Amino acid sequence: MSTLTTREPQRIHPHRFIMWVAIGSIVMMFAGMTSAYIVKKNQGNWLAIELPVLFWYSTAVIVASSVTMILAQKALQTGRSASYKALISLTAILGIVFISLQWMGFKDLELRGIALIGPQSNSASSFLFVITGLHMLHVLGGVIALVVLFFRAFWAKTSETGVVPVQLVATYWHFVDILWIYLFIFYQMIA
Amino acid sequence: MSHEAVLHGDAHGHDDHGHHEHHDTFLTKYVFSQDHKMIAKQFLITGMVWAVLGGLMSVLFRLQLGYPDSTFPFLEDLLGKWAKGGRISPEAYYALVTTHGTVLVFFVLTAGLSGTFANFLIPLQVGARDMASPFMNMLSYWFFFAASIVMLSSMFVETGPFSGGWTAYPPLSALGDASPGSKTGMDLWIVSMALFVVSSLLGGLNYIATILNMRTKGMSMTRLPLTIWALFFTAVLGVLSFPVLFSGFILLIFDRNFGTSFYLSDIFVNGVGALPNEGGSAILYQHLFWFLGHPEVYIILLPAMGMVSEILSINSRKPIFGYMAMIGSLFAIAILAFLVWAHHMFVTGLNPFLGSVFVLLTLLIAVPSAIKVFNWLTTLWRGNIRFTPAMMFAIGFVSLFISGGLTGIWLGNSALDIHLHDTYFVIAHFHIVMGVASMFGMFAGIYHWFPKMYGKQLNNTLGYIHFWVTIAGAYLIFWPMHYEGLAGMPRRYYDFSIWESFKQFGELNKFISLVSMIVFMVQLLFLFNFFYSIFKGRKLTNQNPWNANTLEWTAPINPGHGNWVGEIPEVHRWAYDYGKDGVDFIPQTTPVGADESQH
Ligand code: HEM
Ligand SMILES: [Cu+2]
Repeated sequence: MSTLTTREPQRIHPHRFIMWVAIGSIVMMFAGMTSAYIVKKNQGNWLAIELPVLFWYSTAVIVASSVTMILAQKALQTGRSASYKALISLTAILGIVFISLQWMGFKDLELRGIALIGPQSNSASSFLFVITGLHMLHVLGGVIALVVLFFRAFWAKTSETGVVPVQLVATYWHFVDILWIYLFIFYQMIA
Repeated sequence: MSHEAVLHGDAHGHDDHGHHEHHDTFLTKYVFSQDHKMIAKQFLITGMVWAVLGGLMSVLFRLQLGYPDSTFPFLEDLLGKWAKGGRISPEAYYALVTTHGTVLVFFVLTAGLSGTFANFLIPLQVGARDMASPFMNMLSYWFFFAASIVMLSSMFVETGPFSGGWTAYPPLSALGDASPGSKTGMDLWIVSMALFVVSSLLGGLNYIATILNMRTKGMSMTRLPLTIWALFFTAVLGVLSFPVLFSGFILLIFDRNFGTSFYLSDIFVNGVGALPNEGGSAILYQHLFWFLGHPEVYIILLPAMGMVSEILSINSRKPIFGYMAMIGSLFAIAILAFLVWAHHMFVTGLNPFLGSVFVLLTLLIAVPSAIKVFNWLTTLWRGNIRFTPAMMFAIGFVSLFISGGLTGIWLGNSALDIHLHDTYFVIAHFHIVMGVASMFGMFAGIYHWFPKMYGKQLNNTLGYIHFWVTIAGAYLIFWPMHYEGLAGMPRRYYDFSIWESFKQFGELNKFISLVSMIVFMVQLLFLFNFFYSIFKGRKLTNQNPWNANTLEWTAPINPGHGNWVGEIPEVHRWAYDYGKDGVDFIPQTTPVGADESQH
């Protein structure tokens, strides 16, 4: 048997790696959805829908939230714990604003007489609802993670906050941001 | 326990979950365990329960197929209103077939196989104390457990379990009014499957991260045993294809419960009238399903391939032939697995040009498959073969894979498939190449690693009986089905005796049913061997009973949580130095000697 072992130099933290693979997995889910969207559209019986204006605002909000997330990480690195806490709270709030705007966007479509679900609905609008809704749930997951980080920052003494969980949440948060931008462009191009 | 300190000081130094179970209670050791070895056993035992239930279901519906005009009063005692007068009702028949398929494919050959061996072998063979995230690993099992409970409960609802086939095509799956099983049974089916997908994702993420990030010193990727490579590609396939199935299920849920028209269109339903839905496409579901469905068959097969490669090499006392080619062919299979799904859809009105592209890609799979077979056979060639029960099952696997792979080439031709699709030929193909072959891989794995799992030996005589009856039975059951399929006998029919053209198969169907019962009985013998040996089996006296090279055999006979006492061993060579320079075997932990030849 061997005598001395030191661990090989740590490549990438396993949890961060897990996050990246999980992102790949989520990408496949949305790739499945958007491919189904294209297939369905090509089969006809497709309602051309103008996207709600609110989606533009929500896009701006989620991009802003990525910026605040980056600033939060910077604050953590430089040990400014008060502004770190403020910035992740802000990020979470922007996330909630994003979700609300998306929801209002759905209401807007319904006001225009476009049914999202139910027998009157066309699969174009149903797809918009399901895909966007699924993305909203992912943002909600991010918001919950941010809230957890926030409380961790309060309860644990600063040194224990740990960078890895923050990195994980940040990676995820930027991912859902980029995912939305992809979906938004996709809707514009395909619909 | 002296290694506890090491475990928490070293292995979990990076682990910020902060689980410090210094005193294992019954609950943390056997139930909510985070030890990959215990989780593996949980997957195995749960998988075995499902295998017995699923197998029993097949015996019941074979009773109907073999003896369509007879009645069996005990069936009414067992199934109640589902078998009035001792004959299984058509609804019950479809429910049994569907649940059999779902359970065997997902719960036994996915969770039971990958869940068991990925959990057990990855940390032990790469030289890690546990998975990248033991907590997620535990969750993975409990999601599977929840999925199992929900699936089980679907069998006790008033309208019966889902009965539209394991592929759950709409409209049967999307429309509650379509059949009794499409009501609550289908709701539970889909909830169960959603839980199952989450379980496989949690598991798969962990397996990939562990293999890539937690290898011990010296364990480069090209020194990994082929089991690990196979489990790696399995996990990658799962992580990339299950989410697509999940998408398909989400749309299905919306069609079922929220009146959308993804899959449903204005079809006419007897007793209900035309549906209000418009423009939905049932074919869309098939695309989403088979995009997972085909990789899924390789998710089932690859772990078996990996274990067979390992077992063949160890018991031939020869290095595996073409190690790099084995990895390369696994890789090719994994890539191609994503590009052939439409070969399940040749008769859906697929554009013939597109069909021919899928024919080409499908037939390409024969190339890496043939490479693997060639390498297995050349590994055996002039080997110093030890016919242990594990080895017998591994050789049986190769035989079955050849037989079933060849019929795949028939089916891969779209022109032939128009005739063969949805006949017993397909049943024969996939049971031989996937069902039985992967079961053989799993048996080989259990016979081989049982000593590591439980520190005991299985009984060999029972093992040989198990092997010979099972392999003879498997061929006797499924070989004749090729002829039935060629004659056009369709799958998923309740009663063939009323067709003039299939009357000729009456006796054959009886024979098949009879053999299937015998084979089922022999599996009970195996179960007896398994559980008896856990408690009363011969105790292992040697850490390394098979004289194998891989790392798991350097761990203590009954390793604790953390696997190795003291430091994790360092690796100096690949896993296949058998018979090198006249030495029977050289463990991976042995440093390369100065005068050793290079491989
Ligand atoms: C050379 C290799 C193979 C080829 C060309 C091939 C081709 C095919 C084709 C064309 C079908 C569709 C038949 C139909 O429904 O009309 C099929 C069905 C199937 N194959 Fe294969 N196959 C191969 C190997 C495998 C392997 C290795 C597995 C599993 C480990 C597998 C599992 C299945 C299953 C489960 C089905 C039927 C699913 C169902 O309809 O319920 N095949 N195969
Ligand atoms: Cu396939």
